Amino acid sequence: MSSTVEPPREQFRLSMLLNDTRYRSYTFQAIALVLLILFMAFLGMNLVRNLADLGQNISFAFLGEPAGYDINQRPISYDNQDSHLRAAFVGVLNTLIVAFLGCVTATILGTLAGILRLSNNWLVAKLMAAYVEAFRNVPVLIWILIIFFIMTAALPGPAAFRGVDPEQSMLFGAMAATNRGVYVPEPVLGPGGWLFVAVLIASVAGVFAYRRFATKMLYDTGRDLPRGWPSLGILVVPSLVVWLAFSLTAGSTPNALLVPEGAGGQTLEEYVMAEGGATLCLVDGASSSTVAKTALLRLQDAARSGPVDDRVNLNIRTNRVESREAAVAAFEEGQCTLLALPQAAAADLSVGAVLETELREGRPIEWDKPFLSGFNFSDGVQVRGSLIALWFALAIYTGAFIAENVRAGIQAIPRGQTEAAASLGLRPGRIMSLIILPQALRIIIPPVISQYLNLTKNSSLAIAVGYMDVTGTLGGITLNQTGRAIESILMLMLFYLIISLSISAVMNTFNNAVRLKER
Amino acid sequence: MSDVHARTVAFVRESEIPPAPPPEAVGGAVKWLRDNLFSNWFNAALTLASLYAIYWVLAQSLPWILNGVWNAGSLAECREILAGTSGACWAVLTERWNQLLFGFTYPSRLYWRPSLAFLLLLVCAAPVLFPALPRRMLILTAFYPFVAYFLIWGGSIWTPVLTAVGFMVGYAVYSRLVTQSFAMGFFGGVVAALVFWLLQGYLIPPLSAVAPIALEAVPSRNMGGFMLNIILGTVCISLSLPIGIALALGRQSSLPIIKWISVIFIEFIRGVPLITLLFVANVVLAYFLPPQTNLDLILRVVIMITMFASAYIAEVVRGGLAALPRGQYEAADSLGLDYAQAMRLIILPQALKISIPGIVNVAVGLFKDTTLVSVISMFDLVGMIRGPILASTDWNGVYWELFGFAALLFFVVCYGISQYSQWLERQLQTDRR
Repeated sequence: MSSTVEPPREQFRLSMLLNDTRYRSYTFQAIALVLLILFMAFLGMNLVRNLADLGQNISFAFLGEPAGYDINQRPISYDNQDSHLRAAFVGVLNTLIVAFLGCVTATILGTLAGILRLSNNWLVAKLMAAYVEAFRNVPVLIWILIIFFIMTAALPGPAAFRGVDPEQSMLFGAMAATNRGVYVPEPVLGPGGWLFVAVLIASVAGVFAYRRFATKMLYDTGRDLPRGWPSLGILVVPSLVVWLAFSLTAGSTPNALLVPEGAGGQTLEEYVMAEGGATLCLVDGASSSTVAKTALLRLQDAARSGPVDDRVNLNIRTNRVESREAAVAAFEEGQCTLLALPQAAAADLSVGAVLETELREGRPIEWDKPFLSGFNFSDGVQVRGSLIALWFALAIYTGAFIAENVRAGIQAIPRGQTEAAASLGLRPGRIMSLIILPQALRIIIPPVISQYLNLTKNSSLAIAVGYMDVTGTLGGITLNQTGRAIESILMLMLFYLIISLSISAVMNTFNNAVRLKER
Repeated sequence: MSDVHARTVAFVRESEIPPAPPPEAVGGAVKWLRDNLFSNWFNAALTLASLYAIYWVLAQSLPWILNGVWNAGSLAECREILAGTSGACWAVLTERWNQLLFGFTYPSRLYWRPSLAFLLLLVCAAPVLFPALPRRMLILTAFYPFVAYFLIWGGSIWTPVLTAVGFMVGYAVYSRLVTQSFAMGFFGGVVAALVFWLLQGYLIPPLSAVAPIALEAVPSRNMGGFMLNIILGTVCISLSLPIGIALALGRQSSLPIIKWISVIFIEFIRGVPLITLLFVANVVLAYFLPPQTNLDLILRVVIMITMFASAYIAEVVRGGLAALPRGQYEAADSLGLDYAQAMRLIILPQALKISIPGIVNVAVGLFKDTTLVSVISMFDLVGMIRGPILASTDWNGVYWELFGFAALLFFVVCYGISQYSQWLERQLQTDRR
């Protein structure tokens, strides 16, 4: 006979909302929710009233209107008649460019500094500690401004490179650091260029595949395949074959050099010396034009060297055009005095005369070098001071933080691991790559990824040096011109939020993949 | 036994030879050099490269620094004095010293007030920073914000005094009600303080009429220079600490609504750069406030930076909370402590101790980030340098000296803070190894 007595069912009383833990949580959440809704409503009503008072509204129509401002660094085609949306997109690309460059450089710098800080060389360790402390403890904005000042005020102007006896000379004849930016050669794909690039990429992939295969072979059968020379072979041989094949066949077909009527029959050198210079029609992306330009630049160098009295300054200019047809048209109108064409195409044309000099079509990759024309450098790639300032400052600053992550990661591996590996008979290089690094990377990579995130967010400081990233276009000029503050800043925040959340997602996936698999 | 030696043969030595110093090659400076700098050819090459790098930097900078000019009215004058030799123009620092520290619109006859506030800050922060000092000094710290406000902004003394009284009223109500339950005490205190502050508006005019004690008022837009960085840094960090702890507790809470409010707030703020939040403070925030409210820019910036910092502090504190063993929570529960007591007495003291390095990192980062306000045309230290000083005809082109000075100032403060945090960590280490 059971004698359990049902406890009397408690009546629900109002005071239980405060005193009974079963209900109290609902009370608190309800209060929080109500307060939140009230707060939001307060903000929303203020917004509506303020907008009504000012006669404004919320609308994203301004994105379709012409932006009306220029952007000095354009990864995609853009002019001031394009829409605000396209301007914002150019800004997004610029942000991604500087973030990518910065992350790569910061990783290299940080890894190097982090490992050197653990070096048993006292002086190097102390130097790296000084680097880390100096950069971690000073605002990144100050570093950006300092490097920007070096790039714009401390470097020489293009004028310093002028004349037969310039104060400054270009690095390797191909690079120039001026206060208007750093000029570097631009690669131009010639005959078989795409194939060459594709083969190069495939070879790199092949090297990785081979090393994977060698590891698998070692684990499966115990045969230790050589790794060094086969990797080198896979990397170099196919690319070299493609390079030589195209250089010797399609690349070596001669081109005709067209000059205005009456000047035919001379060599290029005679023509240029007689005219005191030349204006070349440079077809974008055509290696034949680049070869002709290289020949011209070589003539200019030759004219400037030699005994001082004989030095001549040739007036070399280029006229950039989109296509070969446009080049022919420009040549006919007299906008340029020199045009490099395949011989068949030149024979079909009835304009100009042909020079005696024959130039080849070009190698798979030709370098379009910058050169001083008039008062400024032209051609090549102009890397602006603002980009360099932002890139270097962010990289060096973030590198200091990454160095600390790397150091902490390596130090977190117990010494016993090294000793155990050594007692198994592993060589020091193998200990590092097989035992220490796989464990240290698990610790190092998550904080390093969040440093990448910080770098990307810090790239919004571009606005301080006039680099046109998304903060400079959408959050800067577009905002000021249209007065659409709420919309612009909302979109700006959304952009950064999307980047942050996707990087976080990558990080979580990684963390789950490398997590210690426990019970 | 003691006479054993007396009977041994004469050529056996009876006393020990004193130990000889090791040969030069295996001890002393030579050994240290060999071990630490020249252990193999690679290390030797690194050492030589580093020595050359150090030499190069010093050779470039030392003559320039030491040959500097300290007394001149403009860059042109500096160059005249230097007469073509390499040298820094430190004169810009001496001539613009006050502008660098206080901005260019703070009345110069009132410089003593922010200076005094800064000195008091050092005194009043001491009991918080150094646990060895008498706890009674914390009362000074509690009153410091009101004193500092009165000194820097000026105006009637009754505003800060009554604000402080409001806090005291709130605290009195809290300590009366907390015996019943923490929530009652907390909300009661908040309500009491709010009611008092609402009444405060009616109390100030009569009080000012009776006792018109006031300092000359300085509007917020006149703050500038390094003073602005310090104000923003200290105010935002001290405000964001409690908010950050509350957010961290909210994020760890088992109540879904409170948890999600905290998560969304934290992730949103951490996902966007500070610059965009400053833009919000500059151009957007006014849309969300009632019409005709005139919050000045500093206050709007303080609000946004505080939100920014509290999200980061919340994540640091959450790390500390997560690092505590579950047993601590369960032990607190088994003692019969309620949530507030468990947090106050058991969990937070330990979690905050774990979080100290992280909190200091956030503080240092935030202090550095206060320079970003120069982007929305406020004249903090960097803003002063980029704006009024470099734009003036006298000092146009003095970059190295000014930015070097700014970098040094920040370095001293931030390095000091991080060294302090390492010291504090050692102090608080109660476990033994």
